[in-house]
Amino acid sequence: MIEVRHVSKVFTTMDIGTVTALAEVSLTINDNEFFTLLGPSGCGKTTLLRLIGGFETPSTGEIRIDGVDVAGLPPHKRRVNTVFQSYALFPHLTIAQNIAFGLEMLKWSKADIDVRVKEMLALVRLEGYGERNAAQLSGGQQQRVALARALAPRPSVLLLDEPLSALDLKLRKGMQVELKRLQRETGITFVLVTHDQEEALAMSDRIAVMSAGHVLQIGRPEDIYDDPNCCFVADFIGEANLIPGALLGRANVNIVTIRPERVTVGPGDAPAARIAGTVAEVTFIGPDTLYDIGLKDGTRMRARVRGDRGRFHAEEPVTVHWPDEAERELAS
Amino acid sequence: MSGGTPVQRPIQGFDWRKTPGLGVATWVFLAFLYMPLFVLVVYSFNANNLVTIWTGFSLRWFVKVLHNPDIRDAAINSLVIAVVATILSTLLATAAALALERGRNFRGFGTVNGLISLPLVVPEVVVAITTLIFFSSIGLNLGLGNLIIAHTVFCIPFAVLPIRARLKDMGGAYEEAGRDLYADEWRLFRRVTLPLIAPAIGAGGILAFVTSLDDFLISLMVSGPGTTTLPVYVYGMMRLGVTPEVNAISTLLLVLSVSLVVLALLLGRRARSRD
Ligand SMILES: Nc1ncnc2c1ncn2[C@@H]1O[C@H](COP(=O)(O)OP(=O)(O)O)[C@@H](O)[C@H]1O
Ligand SMILES: [Mg+2]
Repeated sequence: MIEVRHVSKVFTTMDIGTVTALAEVSLTINDNEFFTLLGPSGCGKTTLLRLIGGFETPSTGEIRIDGVDVAGLPPHKRRVNTVFQSYALFPHLTIAQNIAFGLEMLKWSKADIDVRVKEMLALVRLEGYGERNAAQLSGGQQQRVALARALAPRPSVLLLDEPLSALDLKLRKGMQVELKRLQRETGITFVLVTHDQEEALAMSDRIAVMSAGHVLQIGRPEDIYDDPNCCFVADFIGEANLIPGALLGRANVNIVTIRPERVTVGPGDAPAARIAGTVAEVTFIGPDTLYDIGLKDGTRMRARVRGDRGRFHAEEPVTVHWPDEAERELAS
Repeated sequence: MSGGTPVQRPIQGFDWRKTPGLGVATWVFLAFLYMPLFVLVVYSFNANNLVTIWTGFSLRWFVKVLHNPDIRDAAINSLVIAVVATILSTLLATAAALALERGRNFRGFGTVNGLISLPLVVPEVVVAITTLIFFSSIGLNLGLGNLIIAHTVFCIPFAVLPIRARLKDMGGAYEEAGRDLYADEWRLFRRVTLPLIAPAIGAGGILAFVTSLDDFLISLMVSGPGTTTLPVYVYGMMRLGVTPEVNAISTLLLVLSVSLVVLALLLGRRARSRD
């Protein structure tokens, strides 16, 4: 279990002064969990990961790993391993020697190391590649070696910093499945960093959505998707309509959010409508039709309607509908 | 393109390759630089006693050089100094490069950084005179030892250059990976940093060796009877008149230096191509 308590990190640089990379971050990552730090570039994800790994020290706050305060513990004394974004495979060692490195440092016996290296090569499906050099492998293969090397010493936590961002789309989808499988089979806690919300939704047990050094929301993918607690989260995860409360006649509500697929479109004179508007654009995308609808104050709304073969046309007045349970009122 | 938008022309900066007469100037420059060397090498194979008159091909000057005991002694002095100074300066240079590229930001970093490369710009004659004055004022009299100390010092900045460049170039990621995989500082150095910078250390060592072997001014000032180095001895010979023997020694030194520098370049390239 990793407990992050009120952790802040301020960098001081010569040219731009101080940068607050993390501000008062608190979160708990459970054993055996696939936990994801999700947020746009520069929001502090890598910094948080490096704090857990021991490569940076917090400016304030406390980090506990398995109940132990790790302040002052260097990386080599933490049962935490990292898959680096650049992989950082040692170019002077073979694949097998790369995987064995951590085990040698932990003073495993030669026989145990040999067995474990074989096991890890099989786990990442690279049997027979042990004697090659990293430069002879493709990006996807190097990625798997980096995983095998980090998993070999049986860490209690594996940290992954945007591990899939260097791979092309097809390989990335395959590796997502692979990573899930590895996490299930090893039972090790995975902490993944990504800026790709689809990746986060597809892989995680829980997600922490971050922005500008703050953790905005923590929860299961479904909960974060269905129940965002602020505009940033609603907008960053999937697509969201953000409608000023005043437009719906709710003066004391700041913003109402609804997912486009929960919205239905009716003819302009339909009764019991939430709000009226004019179709601005119709896009047919196969199973669904996308409607861009202009509301009276110029706000745009998007509806994604299943099986609707373009019932309405551009410029047509329409009404917009959604069930009560599909909307959330947001304060910010 | 029609449609009214002005055609975008690619921006053309100043292109030095299109300077008129550049080709000719380059050839003149190269000839100016290398003709003397070429002539020197050719005449070292000359059969005649006079340096300037070609009569036929011969290796007699090389044979003569190899059988001259004074030249041999000077060459041995030069080699001993170069080997010991190379080892010492490369060790110190490695430590300095690690401290500057990987150490914590200490107070006075900028000063040390400047001081390390200062010998590259200080006029050699100043270094030579100050070294001589320094040695005599503290009464240091170790024979070859004096020369070794002097050479070690002025070789350090040359050896530091490729090692620092390599450390900067490879970044900190490999070392972070090593730390992450339970290596403490010493084993990290032995198992990760050292193997990765070894080619650069080799290159730095070769640069130091060539610098030491070539040195004339400082050696001239610091050397005494019995500690004459080869360049100093050759200078002495020339004062008695240039014989083709001088050409032969120079050719040998030239071949040695050039092959070592090429080796250093290759080592540097190999280190970079591996990652
Ligand atoms: N070593 C550092 N020195 C100064 N600023 C840093 C350093 N590391 C990160 N930062 C700054 O902290 C902020 C968060 O960076 P980072 O954690 O890398 O974000 P992310 O991984 O989410 O893209 C950025 O503004 C970045 O410029
Ligand atoms: Mg990052």
